[in-house]
Amino acid sequence: MATINEYLTFMSDRIDQIFTLTGQHIYLTLIAVAIAILIGVPLGILITRVDSISGLVIGIANAVQAIPSLALLGFLIPFLGIGSTPSIVMIFLYSLLPIIKNTYTGLANVDRAMIEAGRGMGMTDAQLMRMVQLPLALPVIMAGIRISAVTAVGLTTLAALIGAGGLGQLIYRGISMVNNKMIISGAIPAMILALLVDFVLSIMERIVTPKGLKK
Amino acid sequence: MIRFENVVKSYGDTEVIKGINLEISNSELVVFIGPSGCGKTTSLKMINRLIEPTSGTIYINDQDILKMDPIELRRNIGYVIQQIGLFPHMTVGENIELVPLLKNWPKTKRRERAKELLNLVGMPPDEYIDRYPSELSGGQQQRIGVARALATNPDVILMDEPFSALDPITRAQLQDELFNLQQELHKTIVFVTHDMDEALKLGDRICIMKDGQILQFDTPENLLRHPAHGFVEEFIGKKRMWQQPEYVKVEDIMIQNPIKAIPTRTLTQAMEIMSGSGVDSILIVNERNQLLGIATANDIRSKWDTAKRLEEIYTRNVLSVHPDDSIVEVLKLMSQNNIGYVPVVDVSGILKGLITRSSLVKVLGEKYVG
Repeated sequence: MATINEYLTFMSDRIDQIFTLTGQHIYLTLIAVAIAILIGVPLGILITRVDSISGLVIGIANAVQAIPSLALLGFLIPFLGIGSTPSIVMIFLYSLLPIIKNTYTGLANVDRAMIEAGRGMGMTDAQLMRMVQLPLALPVIMAGIRISAVTAVGLTTLAALIGAGGLGQLIYRGISMVNNKMIISGAIPAMILALLVDFVLSIMERIVTPKGLKK
Repeated sequence: MIRFENVVKSYGDTEVIKGINLEISNSELVVFIGPSGCGKTTSLKMINRLIEPTSGTIYINDQDILKMDPIELRRNIGYVIQQIGLFPHMTVGENIELVPLLKNWPKTKRRERAKELLNLVGMPPDEYIDRYPSELSGGQQQRIGVARALATNPDVILMDEPFSALDPITRAQLQDELFNLQQELHKTIVFVTHDMDEALKLGDRICIMKDGQILQFDTPENLLRHPAHGFVEEFIGKKRMWQQPEYVKVEDIMIQNPIKAIPTRTLTQAMEIMSGSGVDSILIVNERNQLLGIATANDIRSKWDTAKRLEEIYTRNVLSVHPDDSIVEVLKLMSQNNIGYVPVVDVSGILKGLITRSSLVKVLGEKYVG
């Protein structure tokens, strides 16, 4: 068994590589989650307006979520080849569901009385969404984004399998070389990254919670 | 003025509003009341088109509201809903300034108006304008709700059970405040409630509804005294009138056929009439039954030797009351003048009845104890 010191030495020897891979990892996650937000939030808003399609949309997102991630990655290769594009698409697809679902639930659970008060005071639908529904649903939407982002950090390790880089590269190389030190030097930064993302987003969640709703 | 013409609202096959007609005058506070599901809230929400009628027309100042832009219509009608109607993510100031904001008022004008309204509802602006609704008590929140509805000074204000979530003491206080505010502002207010006490306390007129129909639309006084429908009487509560002494009228409690005599009767005859009926005073009327005065048994006995007929001895210019006077006025009159009886006459002086201390005790006793 190697001592902790040996692990640390192993990692500090490869510190440049770890930083580069962490950078790639963050890049892939960020792009994928950003696209998921840009598509998921409007989609969530849309299905509160057109309630007849809400079941269908959430059903599809659920089904996508249920496909094993490794298999999904495999399915994408014939269409998108290898590298960062299929990886980003895969991470994006997985991030979509929590965002759509939370946007939908957040908006649907805004007190009916609030909506009626707004409408009764002469707000247009757009004003109602911007001034009442979205601010009140924002904490729930942010919670969805947070779940997505944390999951995405973990998923991004798979990207290394199809040559997109990221911290997964160290983990897979470590597995094939049966080198625990190498596995650990990929896994620990990935863990730290996930915890960091969770922490940062939890602060953001607090910031976007309207002041009047804070306890 | 708000006018409903043959307004019907149905959901599928069920008619929830079955063709109602009503007219609300300017500066009038009208209360819609009835058991749940009677259509009172639906009727209210049709005025600002939160609910659209299936058929029929609603006019505000002779304009058909169904032909108006609903957004514009709503911005010109104040709307107060239950306690939860304040936006929790907006400060008190932002809540009040909302309709002015929607109407694009400049910021300084909005702020000024918010301060003015906070003063109006008795909440110092410096202390409250930047607070959030969750930091206020229920009563304070609803005051803000009222202030918000007044923000652009609309002529019409709709209030949907605004005080129902408050504790009884706060509710009574806010009812008083609203009443006082209305004396000052003279808005046309439509107020929905299920609380009869609230309706009687606030309404200039009360519209009692059941199963999508109007059973009676009248002043509180007339509802209590002449309920048009068995349900109305039951809904108001049979004993209610007696709990509000100002609504109890002289004619409800007077003796209908008091003992009377014309002035030319002799004293002997008068004594005979009195003792035959077991009373100790007699009302003097002329041939047309107009009240002239009163004579008591004591009067007659003291003048027994000197006078012959009632006309020589009876007391003229007696105090009298009208059948429409309230029992409160009668009690006041009797105790101020220290008299034990008071005749009841109509506007042309015709004797209608008599109220005596013992008749009062008897009637009130029956109503309150019996």
